[in-house]
Parts: sequence; C-alpha cells; structure tokens
Amino acid sequence: MRTIANDIAERFEVGPLVEKRADLATLEADAKDVPELLARLRDRHGYAHLSFVTATDLIEEGVFVLTYMLHNHAENHSLAVKCRIGRENAAMESCHLLWEQMWTYQRELKELFGIDFPGSPRVDESFVLEGWIDIPPMRREFDTREYSERTFPTRPGRSTKDPATHMKEKLYPEAL
Amino acid sequence: MFEGVKGFFPPPYDPKEPVDFASGKFLKMWQGPQHPGITGNMSLELAIAGDTVYDCKTHVGYLHRGFEKLMERRLWMQNFPLVCRIAVPEPDFNEYCYAAAIEELAGVEVPEKAKWLRNLTLEMIRLASYLMWIGGQAGAFGHGTIIQWSATMRDYVLDLFEELSGGRIYHMYIIPGGVRSDLPEGWAAHALEVMDTIEKNLDDIELVMFHNAVFKLRAKGLGVIPKDWIDRFGITGPNARAAGFRRDIRKDQPYLVYDKLDFDYVTAEGSDAYDRALVRLGEMYQAIDLIRQMLARMPKGGEFKAALPNPLHWKIPAGETYVKSECTRGEYGFYVVSDGSDKPRRVVVRGPSYTHAVSVMETLAKGQNLADLAGLMVSLHTYPPEIER
Repeated sequence: MRTIANDIAERFEVGPLVEKRADLATLEADAKDVPELLARLRDRHGYAHLSFVTATDLIEEGVFVLTYMLHNHAENHSLAVKCRIGRENAAMESCHLLWEQMWTYQRELKELFGIDFPGSPRVDESFVLEGWIDIPPMRREFDTREYSERTFPTRPGRSTKDPATHMKEKLYPEAL
Repeated sequence: MFEGVKGFFPPPYDPKEPVDFASGKFLKMWQGPQHPGITGNMSLELAIAGDTVYDCKTHVGYLHRGFEKLMERRLWMQNFPLVCRIAVPEPDFNEYCYAAAIEELAGVEVPEKAKWLRNLTLEMIRLASYLMWIGGQAGAFGHGTIIQWSATMRDYVLDLFEELSGGRIYHMYIIPGGVRSDLPEGWAAHALEVMDTIEKNLDDIELVMFHNAVFKLRAKGLGVIPKDWIDRFGITGPNARAAGFRRDIRKDQPYLVYDKLDFDYVTAEGSDAYDRALVRLGEMYQAIDLIRQMLARMPKGGEFKAALPNPLHWKIPAGETYVKSECTRGEYGFYVVSDGSDKPRRVVVRGPSYTHAVSVMETLAKGQNLADLAGLMVSLHTYPPEIER
C-alpha cells in the first residue's frame, strides 16, 4: 500500500492515505486529478473493480464530497478516492470511459444531487424520479416532510397527532 | 399467395443499424413494470424489429421510497425497520451490513455466539432467495412446476425465520451488537429436517430442470458475458463466477465465521444463462452444507448481544466506513458516514443489481430474441429496489 501511496503522491496532489481497516483505505485528491488518478489506479495498481460512486452533501462547508470506491481483487483491498466540489453549479469531469457502469452513477448524481457531468451518456435522462421538478432531493436543504405536506395535503376531516405528545397524554396523563 | 415483403421481414440483425422508428421497421415495446417476464418493479423499454431486440433501456423508480434520504432523518436505531426493506427476498444482508458499519464506527465488539447466529441467518436467506430465483428462472422458460416446488421449499425456510425472529419476510433479527435472541428450543433439529427436505427437492429440480432439453437449448449460449466484461462492468457474484472467476467475498475477505467453515468457490466456464443457473444451484447445496456445519459447530451458550448505550440517545463517533458481504447476487455493501450525531450523515447502499440490471442488461439484450429476454433477465438475478433505493 505504501508503494502505491508513494507512486500516487509523486504524480498528483493528494492528501494522506488513511487506512481504515486492513482491507480499506481512503485518499483525498483534487477534483481535476481524479479521472487520471482513477485510470492510474485501475491500470497500474490493480484497482480494476468500481464498487460504486456517490456524493455526500456537506452543506455547512458548501461542498459535495464525491467518493469513488475501487477494489483490487488480487490484494483484496478497497480504496475510496474522494474529492470535493463546490455545491454552486456543481460539476465534475465525466469518467464514463473508465468503467461501463460509470455513466449510470453519474446520471443518478445529476438527478439526485444536481451534480453535472458534461459529456456523460444520457446524463440528463431521468433515473428514478420521472417528471421531478423540485430541487434535487438528496441535497440536504430538501426537506422531505415539508415536501410531503405541500404535495400531499391532509384530507379534510382527518387530524394528525404528534406522536410524542400523544404518547405522553396516553401514558402519563397526570404529568400534563 | 401473399408472400410478405421479401427481404424486409424477418430483418437481418445489424448491431450498427441505428434505431429509426420513422422507418417503420422498428417497434417500441415495453416489458414491465407489470409483466410476468420482468423481475420486480422495473421495466425494459425495447426497440424491436421482428423478434430481434435492437435497443434496450432499463427503467427503475417504480418502487423508489428514498431509503437513503429517509435514513438521514432518523436515529441510527430507527433505521432498522427501513434497511431490511431494500431487498425484499433477502433483507438480512442489509441488516448485517448496516449493523456491522455502526459497530465498526462505534467500536462495538460483537460476541462470538452472535457471529455464528448472524452467519446462520445469512446462509438461510441465501437459500430462500435462490429458491425464489430458481422458480423464476424455470418459469421464464416455460417450466411452471418448479416454482411450485421451490416456493414451498422457500416457505419452509421462512417458517424457520418465523420461529427464530417472529417475522417471515423482514426479520430485523440482526441488530447492532449482536442478534435479538438465541435459537429457540428444538429449532436446530427442525432446521436440519428442513435442510434434508430441501436437499431432496433440489435433486428433483436438478433432474427436471438442468437435464431438460428445452431448458438446455434455450439457456445454453444465452447472454454470454465475456470474461473481459467482469471488471469493465463491475460484475460480481454468480454472474462473475459463472465466467470462471474465483471471487467470493466470503472466501476472499472472510467476515463473521466464514473463515471457520469448510467451503469452496462454485464456478463454471460457460458464462451463459445455463452456467449461471448451475453456479446458483451449486451454491444452494453449499448453503445447506454450511447451515449443517454451523448448527454442528456453533457454541452452545454465551452472550448473543453486547450491551449498547440508550438507542434513543446514541451518538456514533464521526467517521466513515464501507462494509460489504456476499449476497446471492454479488457484492452487497453499505457505505456509512457519521458526523458524530445521533443520525447518519449519509448511507449508501451498493447493490449488485445496479450494474447487472442496467448497463449489463442493456448491452446483453441487444441482438437477443424477444422471447429469450425474460430468461436472460432472470439469469442475471436482479432486484430493482437496490438500484433505486
């Protein structure tokens, strides 16, 4: 693992390699280096399997963290390559030429987080949310409850009880 | 006598020919979401000419419940009734991966007995899930009897789950720190009887299905996955092992008590629908064998769960991890990020269907006969909820 870390550090601006377990490590890189870094890890270091790609919304820092989880079958080792991109007009270089399933992940990230991958096949086609017109729902500011109450109003004649208050009233009426 | 338009039907398949609906040669057709030849709640948007599929697009989202989003708004423990619902036929892999991720982040040590019990349920659900699959695979090629046998056998396994956990479909048996209960009195003996019954039935299924000329003719050579696709498409599980790859997380990165059990990779070389079915049949026998081994060697006593903090106020230390297991379809994993609060910051479910049902299926379907599409799809063994989460 050290050899790989040294080879990568010589060529790219990367953070320290963090070994989470014997079979799992993470590495943070600059977003502009990620496509080339992934290609090098795949072709030179045996990380030929892409487990998944995902994003984590750090709204308080104004960034998305993209995570590319790779796996080396010969060494039985997984490596998460992470990079940060701004939340405003979020975009990332497409890596669809590296793995055949990459475009699906990028299409999902476009729909659910609003992260664009220019040039990625079918990136603008809806994935799971056909006809969605609200903000991308996996962003932290999307409030599921507010959306639900706005979109599916309570039918007249029905009342909803707050579970916490209801249970207190039922179990400990004397305390109220 | 009308002889049709010669040279137009049936059209010769040319993979490079662009699909132009205005030409009148192509027909758009939907297979699913309500269709006996589709697995679960998904659909295939097909472009066909004659009986030949020229283009295929997978559509998911019919069962989208926003699991990952919902989990960000609930306490760590409140997510347990959610995670098991991500893969209906085999919920226990979700329970295990989510629990193991929490335990790793929180530094919780799982008692030895709990590891055996967890491992036992994972193999039981593997068997139940394969029994459901084999009925679907046989049905896709016109064998209606096998689903009746295998659904009955699956029900026997579900009986065992009901005795163990109180639930037939969703068990919520694996919890952070261990499992909810020890084996009930007499359960092990009942389980061994059920394994004998299922093993005998599998012999019949093998005879009726795998030696049947119709199944052989239709499944052999169908949907061959070339070896160089395995890493290019991220293919795992029986779909990779049927192509000759000796890859199985249970062997390669043993978790729970797999390193204490005696088993080997089940592989094949043909990489077609028939060999994929053969690998899964082999793994059904293997699951029965592993269940017997575990029942014979499991410690009799001991704690089955660790002491945990109050789950309503449990804050998990900040960090991230990726925990995976070998489910019936391949690599099943949970990537979990904690910001140190009482709710997950991010949970990502990695299901093998994500690539098998979308990029692999869309590529393999091209050039296939329409009548073989259902058999091809079932041979990839996909569950849509783990795609749309």
